[in-house]
Amino acid sequence: MASTAHNFMKLFRGSSRGTEASPPVPQNLTRRSSGLAELSRLWDSESSLCVLDLGSTSPANIRFFTELGHKIYSEDLLVASTEPGLVTKDEEGKIVLDSRQFLADNLLYPAAHFDVVLCWNLPDYLDESLVRPVMGRLWSVLKPGGMLLAFFHTKDAGPDSPCFRFHIVGKDTLETQRIVLRREARRGPTGAIHTAITDGFRLQRVFNNRHIETLFRDFASIKFFLARDNMREVLVVR
Amino acid sequence: MSAPLSADLAQIGKSVVIKGELSGSEDLYVDGQVEGSIALKNNSLTVGPNGQVKASVESKVIVVQGKLEGNVLASDRVELRKSAVVTGDITTQRISIEEGAYLKGKVDIQGKAEKAAGK
Repeated sequence: MASTAHNFMKLFRGSSRGTEASPPVPQNLTRRSSGLAELSRLWDSESSLCVLDLGSTSPANIRFFTELGHKIYSEDLLVASTEPGLVTKDEEGKIVLDSRQFLADNLLYPAAHFDVVLCWNLPDYLDESLVRPVMGRLWSVLKPGGMLLAFFHTKDAGPDSPCFRFHIVGKDTLETQRIVLRREARRGPTGAIHTAITDGFRLQRVFNNRHIETLFRDFASIKFFLARDNMREVLVVR
Repeated sequence: MSAPLSADLAQIGKSVVIKGELSGSEDLYVDGQVEGSIALKNNSLTVGPNGQVKASVESKVIVVQGKLEGNVLASDRVELRKSAVVTGDITTQRISIEEGAYLKGKVDIQGKAEKAAGK
């Protein structure tokens, strides 16, 4: 990615919040998805599709696609990106994630394998060093004409926008579920066990439309859908 | 969680480590470590909460509460409980997945007709 884009996308990087906050009550909300509605034409018309869901394992999504007779692959890339072994340093000594190792461990599929990739809000929360390599790999595993759905926050969403899971509950309807805070217990220097609450994933950056177009420049077409909840839905075709 | 008791249930306790091919004609409960392959064509396999299975698995019913790494073929059904961590492709007629279960792999639901055709 160009350096200007790189700098811009750091807009919300580094924001931090106290770790002792009370965990909010997770609340599931439903929202209409124009991108999903557009995609649904595909799974209504095709006999058997190969779908890759890159969000957290969703029983609802697996049920939705298997009931329609499609094959679904589930792979939680955000969780995979927290693997401690990926942490390394770049040429300038900056701590980054090893994208080569990440792609050696994840997204291991034959070329042109999938009809649909559900990216959800992955690009907004994925570490900077992994975004472009992952999008490159997704391009290669999509069939020509295959579609990828991704969601991007607008700047109005704010740096503390929580990360959601997305469950398909209808042809154009999603249930959003906030990723629950994790409680971690660690033994301190005195031997006492301290409990900390950590947010699952932090918004890493906000893409503007031009950056999104750059991110998907290898794809044949790109379509934007504006939503009311400070999100843009993007449907790209390989 | 304790293992279900049954006269026809073989159990692998949590301190047991097995490497190789496991096959049989009774239900199996694994709460230890198994590496290799498991074939129980007409019976059920349960991977307990402490179980760590690194094997291709073929069984009638497969219930996972622990970790399973390998491809799964169930002639009847697969149940992933909330503590399940599964890495591998699942082929089955029916599947149930509890909220919280983790899956990295494919889910392929095959009807009886597809199975008979060998698809």
